[in-house]
Amino acid sequence: MNKPHEAAPSLLEIKDLRVEFATRQGVATAINGVNLSLQRGRSLGILGESGSGKSVTARTIMGLLDTPPARVTHGQILLNGEDLLAVNAKRRRSLNGASVAMVFQDALSALNPVHPVGRQIGELYRVHRGYSRAAAKRAAIEMMDRVRIPAAAKRVNDYPHQFSGGMRQRIVIAMALALDPELLIADEPTTALDVTVQAQILELLKEQQSENNMGLILITHDISVVREVTDEVAVMYAGRIIERGPTAELLAHPAHPYTRGLAASIASEELKGQQLPAIPGSPPDLLRLPQGCSFAARCPLADQACTATIPVLQPVALQRDTACFKSEEVLVHA
Amino acid sequence: MSTTTTVNPLDGAKAVDRAPDKVRGAHRRWWLKPRFVISGAIVLLMIVMAAFPQLFTGFGPGPTENCDILKSNQPPSAEHLFGIDIQGCDYYTNVIYGARASILVGIVVSAIAFGIAALVGALAGYFGGWVDAVISRICDMAFGLPFILAAIVVLQLFGERNVWTVIFALALFSWPGGVRFMRSSVLEVRNREYVQAARLLGAGNGRILRKHIVPNAITPLLVLQTLGVGGMISAEAGLTFIGIGLTPPAVSWGLQLAAAREYIDAAPHLLMFPAIFLTITVLGFVLFGEAMRDEFDPKGK
Amino acid sequence: MLNTQLEQQPKDSVQGPLMEIRGVKMHYPVARAMPFGPRKTVKALDGVDLEIRQGETLGIIGESGCGKSTLARVLSGLEKPTEGQVLFEGQDINTLHGAERAQMRRNIQLIFQDPYASLNPRMTIEQILMEPFEIHPDAVPRSGRRAKIAELMALVGLNPDHLERYPHNFSGGQQQRIGIARGIALNPKVLICDEAVSALDVSVRAQVVNLLASLQQELGLSYVFIAHDLQIVRHISDTVAAMYLGRVIETGTYDQVYDRSAHPYTQALLSAAPELRQEPGKSRQLIMLQGDPPSPIDPPSGCRFHTRCPVARPSCATAEPGLDPVGEGHAARCFFPGPIGPTNN
Repeated sequence: MNKPHEAAPSLLEIKDLRVEFATRQGVATAINGVNLSLQRGRSLGILGESGSGKSVTARTIMGLLDTPPARVTHGQILLNGEDLLAVNAKRRRSLNGASVAMVFQDALSALNPVHPVGRQIGELYRVHRGYSRAAAKRAAIEMMDRVRIPAAAKRVNDYPHQFSGGMRQRIVIAMALALDPELLIADEPTTALDVTVQAQILELLKEQQSENNMGLILITHDISVVREVTDEVAVMYAGRIIERGPTAELLAHPAHPYTRGLAASIASEELKGQQLPAIPGSPPDLLRLPQGCSFAARCPLADQACTATIPVLQPVALQRDTACFKSEEVLVHA
Repeated sequence: MSTTTTVNPLDGAKAVDRAPDKVRGAHRRWWLKPRFVISGAIVLLMIVMAAFPQLFTGFGPGPTENCDILKSNQPPSAEHLFGIDIQGCDYYTNVIYGARASILVGIVVSAIAFGIAALVGALAGYFGGWVDAVISRICDMAFGLPFILAAIVVLQLFGERNVWTVIFALALFSWPGGVRFMRSSVLEVRNREYVQAARLLGAGNGRILRKHIVPNAITPLLVLQTLGVGGMISAEAGLTFIGIGLTPPAVSWGLQLAAAREYIDAAPHLLMFPAIFLTITVLGFVLFGEAMRDEFDPKGK
Repeated sequence: MLNTQLEQQPKDSVQGPLMEIRGVKMHYPVARAMPFGPRKTVKALDGVDLEIRQGETLGIIGESGCGKSTLARVLSGLEKPTEGQVLFEGQDINTLHGAERAQMRRNIQLIFQDPYASLNPRMTIEQILMEPFEIHPDAVPRSGRRAKIAELMALVGLNPDHLERYPHNFSGGQQQRIGIARGIALNPKVLICDEAVSALDVSVRAQVVNLLASLQQELGLSYVFIAHDLQIVRHISDTVAAMYLGRVIETGTYDQVYDRSAHPYTQALLSAAPELRQEPGKSRQLIMLQGDPPSPIDPPSGCRFHTRCPVARPSCATAEPGLDPVGEGHAARCFFPGPIGPTNN
């Protein structure tokens, strides 16, 4: 294990996680040996496109995978040393919300349309902490204030559809933060939101994370969101982490050709009027992963070694690991 | 298989990741599922029996040949597997030949209903406006009549009733449900983007309906009408049993049941065999329809 | 016939815009909240004027509810505006009927957001690409159609051997290429791209943007490029229009709108996008707007942006500003145009 950090105890430690999906066409390998660790008070971005396994990782941590078709075939997910994959359903329920919480992309479907939002937030206090109805409502109003919903006391009895998209996402965040979790997982929390609202929500997540000394995992396909919010980033491709390290450093000097390609294909101003440096081809079929590096078919640097063996994550610089045989070359040219 | 991609703020629900589709549902090939295999075998057997009853009775005489009135109502024996009926005819041959009327009524009525519903429902759903209003009101009226009662009234008008009379009477009132069904499934398809794309290419209404709307909207209706075959078979048997359906010289399970009613103490086998065949057939078609529905139209449950 | 007229006309009218919309309004009735309640309308477009010039790209930016998708539908002729005109080479496309309308439609094609949904799942790629020629048999003689389809496939970068496959056999990027091939089959003059790359994966998006750019050069197409990805709109557009609640609030060349934004909303919108803020050499400061965009059912009085505007004054709530010039070819709908904040250019 190449831990990027010195031996501070990890809040979350994922060890060699493997998840498969049974499909009509065969077995798809969604996660293929993922190792991750996160300290309290730090934020980690998981960057990847659809099929990369980033959302499956989040859902596995939360115990939200549908099994079947999904199956965790290997690995451990340690939260403060306790393996989340081994705990029973009761323990799982008490951990969810209290220790780990999640914010979803679609706030409207994350909220129950027939209950007032205040009751949905208050429910958490009643179930986990045995609050009275009145105390739960007070706590709910306090949470709504904390995520800056204007006139929280007046709106506590409103229903989800009476809120705008941005306000609904704030309510979802309030629910996630209600029990002071140690780890918050946000899965594309702003993808469905308008850009002006997105800025507000990212600001709120950042601020809550540092104020409460939480661990934050932000899952997104958007490089600029990762750059804006997280301390570290792990780039996923076809079920594997192919590169990880401190966000600013990694994105400025990628050591994996995929990361470099992603960063370069952004339509920055200097490229106006020119072709964008696009990555050719499309991501591999998870049912038929190639024998060697999954990115080899799209990679300008690939040679026989790349198509024959799978590169493992190896240190390339301080606190940085990359799974590429050509990482030296990429780093120099980036 | 992550479940997220970039999404327009306006339609978060339409995220374009289809991975879960591949994951959902069957892990085995659907046609190997036991329910499908068993019900499919029953349906196939009954259809073959209706089309070629000779195959099952040997190439011997038809249902009314070789009858011996003296043997009337004999119970099953080695020579006559299902016994002898009132007329002294071999009951096994009669029951086999009885399949034809039932299956014919079931399938033809469902096929007619399917055709009417597909056409009329597609027009109502696609054009909307007054076309839809007129069709929907007619459907409402047809729905208002109790189906069996309406069939009885129509059948009363005929003195002698053969299979086609019964088919006519049942088909007359069997389509409104299908029309509504088709209409709603067309409404769903009508505004799909590939329909808009065809419209932008200049495609006319006929082409859009034929190439884009109907092929993508027809499956639920097909499933519904398959489920309906069993219902039509039992409707025919029921009407015939109470004396309003088929009349002799037709051969059908309904007629056999009606005739057996009076001899229930003396010759229970006369009631038993057609009843068993009828039940198995109806069950076979219903299970077949359900298996198809679960596979092709999971929302229809 | 109209067809020949259309084909002779364009070269002479190069000076004027190829396509133009004037005073377009699109109001949709909404279901009443209560029986006998007031009947309300969504004012998706509320008086929009725009020009599309030959061979150029007009980019449209704005948030949800601003009317950009409705604009795509009205421009493409899928919907008839409640008021106003949609002119193609000077002719209102909504006054045509029957065959003339079908001929007109060949000139304006739409590329959809969800590439899979825009392809009939029960047709092979060959059937999908053959359809335009079946609808317009005069476009390409029967014997030349297969060759034409192979040419289209090559043009959009697809393997012509895959014609027998169905849409679900292709990846999202390839599906969008098929959609584009169908869109250009009849040699249209205008392509309307409604979030055409938004649903694609980041690594594939750049490929499709490049494809659109090279097709424009090769075929002389004009684009209306609607997207919420602000960087891509800048990359591909010659002129840009920013919209807010059914109105165009700023128009100009791409650099005028992006670098010298005059309307406070445009500035806030651009500053909210982290990708633009993070660009080297730019000193965009985040202008945090309060709240969400208001509903287009009851737009605010006066200037529609005054409820969220950082520089609004009381007068903004009573009168609505016009789309007035602030520079050569640059106009903004604001009483107090100009940069907000100390560091904004």
